Amino acid sequence: MTTLLAPELDRALRALPQSCRLCGTRYPAAAEAVCGECLGPLEPSYDPDRPLPDTATISARPETLWRYREWLPFEGEPALSLDSGFTPLVESPRLARALGVARLWLKNDAVSHPSLSFKDRVVASALNAARALGIGTVGCASTGNLANAVAAQAARAGLPAWIFIPHDLELGKVVGTAVYGPRLVRVRGTYDDVNRLCAQAADRYGWGLVNINLRGYYGEGSKTVAFEICEQLGWRTPTAVVAPMAGGSLVTKLDKGFAEFLSAGLVSGPGPRLFGAQAQGCAPIVRLVESGGDRLDPVVPDTIARSIAIGNPADGRFAAEAIRRTGGWVAGVPDPEIVAGIRLLAESSGIFTETAGGATVAGALALARAGRLRPDDEVVLCITGNGLKTVEALQGALPESPVIAPRLRELEALYGRDL
Amino acid sequence: MAVTFSLPTVLARLADGHSTIEADGTTLGDVVAQIADRFPALAPRLRDPDGGPYPFVTFYLNDEDIRFQNGFATPVAEGDEITVVAAIAGG
Repeated sequence: MTTLLAPELDRALRALPQSCRLCGTRYPAAAEAVCGECLGPLEPSYDPDRPLPDTATISARPETLWRYREWLPFEGEPALSLDSGFTPLVESPRLARALGVARLWLKNDAVSHPSLSFKDRVVASALNAARALGIGTVGCASTGNLANAVAAQAARAGLPAWIFIPHDLELGKVVGTAVYGPRLVRVRGTYDDVNRLCAQAADRYGWGLVNINLRGYYGEGSKTVAFEICEQLGWRTPTAVVAPMAGGSLVTKLDKGFAEFLSAGLVSGPGPRLFGAQAQGCAPIVRLVESGGDRLDPVVPDTIARSIAIGNPADGRFAAEAIRRTGGWVAGVPDPEIVAGIRLLAESSGIFTETAGGATVAGALALARAGRLRPDDEVVLCITGNGLKTVEALQGALPESPVIAPRLRELEALYGRDL
Repeated sequence: MAVTFSLPTVLARLADGHSTIEADGTTLGDVVAQIADRFPALAPRLRDPDGGPYPFVTFYLNDEDIRFQNGFATPVAEGDEITVVAAIAGG
């Protein structure tokens, strides 16, 4: 265990400086995400000698993602979104049996506060970066969950928000954004088209777009999924983690999070094997891993899993590298299996997830069938969003419920043998 | 063929601050080569050592990602708009 105890910090919030992930060039803290030397992505730079807390200190802190603040890209006290994170880790013996693995847990970000997806974590980090950098207007390009998270957290913070989404997103995600009163712009095209417009807008207007020019600070919030898994398992790692992949950032940050806790001595042993799931209709990272190459070929998405329909994933190469290095693998699942995955999770575990979660469950099943998940594995599935956001995906998939008059004889006529 | 070439701020700094540049050529590769000649500091950011685009940089010809066309061999037409965008995280 780490013996240094962190002092309780009371200084003003400051964002950490950044450095390029590819060439290492250092930059002062700013709303910049791209290296001027090689165009690689920037990431926050942490002081390797900073004091780190031990497990007892962390455990005594409030149950939010800020209990891991020494691994988040700030100095001083966070100012916004102080109560996101620390979602339940739920064991599911029935799903473990279905997969044929020793034990299985669900990291249930379907009940994340405040907007019911893991994007609450990254937005909590990004909005604090915006505050630290003095940025007055925030926003994002989104496939839906991020739009919900930015709109909700910006509203609470009193920040104006510009949110760009594909024009044909699911109704739940549109309503679940518009209700918070942002400037919501629906763009004709795919998420990748939205991204292009948003990148140009961020460049021109100086906004803090959380997944564009605040991307380095934003991504660090995803590490808290790994931190919470370790803590909730009793300060140890699982042997395998399965996560959905869109831009590829979550897998990359899970890898970084587990590595940081191992390096800090908060957990021991090997890190988990990392597995990624995509919809077959948008599987550029799956193709990259399966090909064994290093060139990611973008695709035009065609899937019901809109929240992971990113044809040009910015972190795809990094996700593929983490998957290969940890001994994991990938699964691309067709849409009907995604729907079946949603139903299996609900019926086996009592959790209603959106299409990305369905892809994760279906992907885990495929990986188990292929022998990639083993009988002695202790597996965590990352359930990243709530099923009420994508009810359209289940249209026609569930049995029609009969309507009867409020009379016992009608109930008995319908269900006599089952009563 | 005269075209308009738009750069993000991070690259415009290497093009004497110009975020929009007029150029010409018959293919996107011609246009990139002409701009690289005009702004030597920008040249290694537009093309990798093999002369192709970097994985973290996307070139759009009008609204289309050139990787869905013929890359730098894609023909350009009079009045086309080329936009360079750095990679972006998921959403």
